[in-house]
Amino acid sequence: MKGKHIINPKFMPLMATIGLFSLMFGVSSVTLPGFFSLQNFYYLLIDNAYLIIMAVGMTFVIISGGIDLSVGSLLALTTMVTSSLVEKQLVNPMIVIPLVLLMGTVFGLFQGYLIQTFNLAPFIVTLGGLYLARGLCYIVSIDTIPIVHPFFTAVSQFQINVIGNNFISVNVVIAVIMTIIGIFLAHYTKFGRTVYAIGGNEQSALLMGLPVAKTKMLIYTFSGFCTALSGIAFTFYMRNGYALHGKGMEMDAIAAVVIGGTLLTGGEGYVFGTLFGVLIYGTIQSYINFNGTLNAWWTRIVIGLLVFVFCLMQRFFETGKITRRADQKSVRKTETAAN
Amino acid sequence: MMNKISLWKRFTGSKIIIPLITLAILLLLNLIINKNFFAMEIKDGHLYGNLIDILKGATPIMLISIGLTLVIATKGIDISVGSVVAISCATVAFMIGGDLIIKNGVQVPFTKFPLAIAILTAIVAATAAGMWNGMLVSRVGMQPIIATLILMVAGRGIAMMITKAQIITIYYEPFSFIGNGYLFGLPFSLYIVSVLLLVTLLFVRKTAIGMFIESVGINPTATRFSGINAKNLIFWCYVFTGFCAGIAGVIYCSNVKSADGNNAGNLMELDAILAVVLGGTSLNGGKFYLTGSIIGALIIRTLTTSIWALGVPPEIAEVVKAVVIFIVSVIQSERLRTVLGAMFSRKELAA
Repeated sequence: MKGKHIINPKFMPLMATIGLFSLMFGVSSVTLPGFFSLQNFYYLLIDNAYLIIMAVGMTFVIISGGIDLSVGSLLALTTMVTSSLVEKQLVNPMIVIPLVLLMGTVFGLFQGYLIQTFNLAPFIVTLGGLYLARGLCYIVSIDTIPIVHPFFTAVSQFQINVIGNNFISVNVVIAVIMTIIGIFLAHYTKFGRTVYAIGGNEQSALLMGLPVAKTKMLIYTFSGFCTALSGIAFTFYMRNGYALHGKGMEMDAIAAVVIGGTLLTGGEGYVFGTLFGVLIYGTIQSYINFNGTLNAWWTRIVIGLLVFVFCLMQRFFETGKITRRADQKSVRKTETAAN
Repeated sequence: MMNKISLWKRFTGSKIIIPLITLAILLLLNLIINKNFFAMEIKDGHLYGNLIDILKGATPIMLISIGLTLVIATKGIDISVGSVVAISCATVAFMIGGDLIIKNGVQVPFTKFPLAIAILTAIVAATAAGMWNGMLVSRVGMQPIIATLILMVAGRGIAMMITKAQIITIYYEPFSFIGNGYLFGLPFSLYIVSVLLLVTLLFVRKTAIGMFIESVGINPTATRFSGINAKNLIFWCYVFTGFCAGIAGVIYCSNVKSADGNNAGNLMELDAILAVVLGGTSLNGGKFYLTGSIIGALIIRTLTTSIWALGVPPEIAEVVKAVVIFIVSVIQSERLRTVLGAMFSRKELAA
């Protein structure tokens, strides 16, 4: 069976994602004059760096079979706290940034603690987190807080030349580092292996003696950290704090992770795929911007369609696999067997 | 002693009592803040007052939570309801049209299509959206959260496509009766909710359907082996949720007299899920409490109203909602129950 495949079938979704990105970027380059340039590819990274950082954390959550709905609000809270501390309380950014990162991490830990200790559904706990973070934003301020601090202006305007006259921003560097850290964590550490094991089958992971409880908390803590970092990147990008930032961004992040080839049922997925998931998302948006005749709502419809296609594909790859989680899946199996 | 324990057990065992008490406490808190909270007056033959406002404001969430309760009972979830509300709202607004025609200084009622057809189309569109969800979950076998995520993301795009990303303002007066009108002194929308709730209750409690739904949620495999067509059952639960969201969309649209594809029904899915969970239905499926969900919706609305009454910025409501979610889910968690149960049995032994 195995010999028939040229590529290991477990890499198929990842290959499909990368292939799709190449195809979309290629089609955009051919149909839209001026689209194809290295700088434009860099812009794709620059405009979506914050989403990449956020999606790295989300990938771990989804691989473990959970979900984190609080990310969009937490990003907004990060921008609010950062801008408020820097501009209104006149705190040095060098103190604010670690502080805000700590805040996000503690927020994630709190959610992870609730999920683990009380065995609650991640969905409902992070839903609470969504409301909490958004509400706290409004407590900080209802208005937009623009950032004029020289440090933030300098960082957001800082350009790093890579190959010729093309540049990337500091955010892209952060995003790339986070992706590398994510890949390292997922494939070369005990933590990563435990995450995959939990997603595959939590009971088995527990019986194998893996530190399930600790890891589950760590997953949400890491997601909180990534989101806070993503919030800082977003602050560099937007240079303001606003309570409505990141509205619905949790769905963008989840969609990017799914398009990146991660199974929503958990157990399988690649941080590297998520990177391409975000890039596909970015390509659609920039195609629509470049085209000019298409309207903004097409982004949402196309993203929805892509998630649909990828889920169908995942179902297709799933059939014929032995590693499955209990109840729901086993029913489907008996059902497919019966049909 | 024995009697006391059994009473206590029945008290904690019943799921509907907790939301009821929560609602009562919330209302009493309001009474402390505002002595005239329960006051009602009759103006032009209609009842006015805070309680009526809460009932009226809660109708869209109540409607959605009726359908969502059944979906959650099958161990599913539907996070697309907010977008479906937006689709239904956009459809009805598009069919009526946002034209304001004034002849001789008097506004002439104008609608592109007859009102009944407009409303029917909106509900059919929403039901079709429910069918799409149901197909994905029951036939394709997708996880409910991801299957409905697709429509949640794409649905808002579709709604924006219908309204051309504009906010359609409806000037057609008869339409606003659905969301703002009164019948026999009570808001008209309340009658819609009551009828739907009664019909659903009759359907699930007087026939075996309700039991089937619960059994699908508790053990799908066993349900299948006992000869129940779980696939169809799940499918129709999602269709029904779409239908409910469609009606909710029409009422919402009529109430605000406009359709905004981007903001209509925003975060409504979360409110509705919260209402169902507050009502005592577990997200793990199984036993469901339709009346509980209705009370849950009322709790959310009362909470929002009381926050407004306190004079605190309404945005703080989000924080309170969050705290409520955390507390309720911790109370509902099995682990806390076992811990508390152990504590109580120890006390019994000591006594």
